[in-house]
Amino acid sequence: MSTTFLVISSLVKVVVILVITVGAFAPVLIWAERRQSAMIQDRLGPSRAAIVLPPSALKWIDRARLPMWRLAAATGIVAIVTLIALSFVALEGSNPLPISTAALTATFVGFGLASVLLRVGYGVHSMIVGNGGRIMLIGLLHPLADAMKFIFKEDFVPPKADKLLFSAGPIIALIPAIAAFAVIPFASTLHWDYLNQVLPRTGEISGPAIPMQVASINVGILFIFAITSTGIIGAAISGYASDNKYSLLGGIRAASQMVSYEVVLGLTLVPAFMVYQSLRLEDMAMWQHQHIWGVFIPPLTLAAINFFVAAVAETKRVPFDLPEGESELVGGYLTEYSGMKFGMFFMGEFVEVVSLAAIASVLFFGAWDVPYLYRDGFEFSLPFVAGSYSVPLVHWVVVAIQFAVFLFKIIILIWFQLMIRWSLPRFRYDQLMSLCWKGLLPVSLLNILVIGAFMLSGWLDGWVAFWDKIF
Amino acid sequence: MTAQVKVIKKPGRTVAEQVYLPEIAKGLGFAMGRFFKNTFGPKASKEIATVKYPEERIEYPERFRGIHRLTQRADGSPRCVACLCCSTACPAQCIYIEPAEYEPDDPRYGYERYPSVFMIDELRCIFCGYCVEACPCDAIRMDTGMHMPPSTRREHFLYDKETLLSIPGRDGTYLTANPRHEPGDPTHPGIDREHGH
Repeated sequence: MSTTFLVISSLVKVVVILVITVGAFAPVLIWAERRQSAMIQDRLGPSRAAIVLPPSALKWIDRARLPMWRLAAATGIVAIVTLIALSFVALEGSNPLPISTAALTATFVGFGLASVLLRVGYGVHSMIVGNGGRIMLIGLLHPLADAMKFIFKEDFVPPKADKLLFSAGPIIALIPAIAAFAVIPFASTLHWDYLNQVLPRTGEISGPAIPMQVASINVGILFIFAITSTGIIGAAISGYASDNKYSLLGGIRAASQMVSYEVVLGLTLVPAFMVYQSLRLEDMAMWQHQHIWGVFIPPLTLAAINFFVAAVAETKRVPFDLPEGESELVGGYLTEYSGMKFGMFFMGEFVEVVSLAAIASVLFFGAWDVPYLYRDGFEFSLPFVAGSYSVPLVHWVVVAIQFAVFLFKIIILIWFQLMIRWSLPRFRYDQLMSLCWKGLLPVSLLNILVIGAFMLSGWLDGWVAFWDKIF
Repeated sequence: MTAQVKVIKKPGRTVAEQVYLPEIAKGLGFAMGRFFKNTFGPKASKEIATVKYPEERIEYPERFRGIHRLTQRADGSPRCVACLCCSTACPAQCIYIEPAEYEPDDPRYGYERYPSVFMIDELRCIFCGYCVEACPCDAIRMDTGMHMPPSTRREHFLYDKETLLSIPGRDGTYLTANPRHEPGDPTHPGIDREHGH
């Protein structure tokens, strides 16, 4: 593999990750969080931000309606005529039905595509014109409006604040959240030379292989811990640099909370390392691909719950949002921030939510693993029944499905986090600390013992073998 | 008589509540139920309370006190007789009336007066409805069902007599159902400036 190829593929991966996290997930989450809370509370939520079209544009859209109908009608007529002609050809020929399935399929697909396009066009038209020329997109424009507001707001710095640290705080809070994505595998290895071939299910494959993660480093999950714990510094120094009592208290709270939960976070994952016998996230994903998802191994189920609680505490969101604590601390370490600096904290929080979902899905929910999907395509089989139904797929389709499923898992976990955020009331600070040190810490320490016993007694192997047999 | 003491059990003391996780699951389940019902449920079962205001509006209740109007007589003149009851009753002192006499040859001359200036400062008004209560002639009403049209100019909220007369009631009429008998009304003979009605 040439260096250029390596550099280009890495750059592409970095860009894709940035686009997914900062470009897509974070803004949509800003909207989704409010919209979801609204749906829980029988409200409509943010749905009114609109791009207003000028009346002349409306007129043009209205004028485009007739050509659209003509186009659709023409497509339909052409399709029908083609069908009839093809069937005549089929009847005339001496051979039984020389008309090919491919031609029929192509015609039907073309016809279907045209009608779908027409339906979409009609929907868009009625959405815009029926709404008086306002494009609302169920409120998805709100993040855009928020961003514009953030950018044009005054960038206020308190007069006696530490200017350098005050500006550095949001950056230090945002960057680690994004950097954690460096070691997360988004799909299985991509074999560049065999994109359009069905690969064998097992065995080594020669040629350039692109691991679908930015960096494959052997400390893997420890890198994530290291990089996310620098986020503490961002919260702490922004609290310190704001020259505000409330900010300082918020910063101290953030630091102590995050340091405490960092300990638990590490310990809850020790059982996972023990089972997967690797710190590399791609190895963990591969283990779960070959055997079962971690969450279905009993001690790891407990570890998953503990991890989720600790990680939500790590993101400093409700029910653990004491660093912000608007009822007692105004806004905590965010008090003095406004404009895009506040926006960066906000974005960092949401990227943390995404990275938490990604890490949880890699560790416990099989990462990119899709049940019944192997490197050569789907193979469905029922437990205890002989025979299976297989659908061979070419390599790039397999990888694309894995990638899509990984994103889907992330979305589900994010949704669950938002659900928790809007269902649970906030803890008191002493409850938060006692939950960490008296609740989660002993439980996760015990869990290490349990998983150790589980492995030494051979139950783990039996359990995994049992599930392997079923699937 | 012994005191009846009702012992109320302290909530949150059962094992399930102390463990906390089942309660979380219960709460999450409830919230998720609301979420799915309102997001993906059939339209009829959605319980969205939001009104998309400029496009959808809620009907004001029957007795909603909107902006004032002056009711008209059959000939289009105000029913108001400038008795100053409303401006006296007004706690916000937002009504300004200048009473005037009819011309001596007018049949109403000496029988009643009319307002030459009738002005309400709608920004000062607190919409208590005392003026409507005080009016002996059913001349001022707040049954328009409208709130003030917004404006950026303060003087646009000083409603003069013509403006107030031009606002219809909720039923679209400028009159009221209460009859008023003018001097010389054949159904009520004998009404004149000496024998009021």
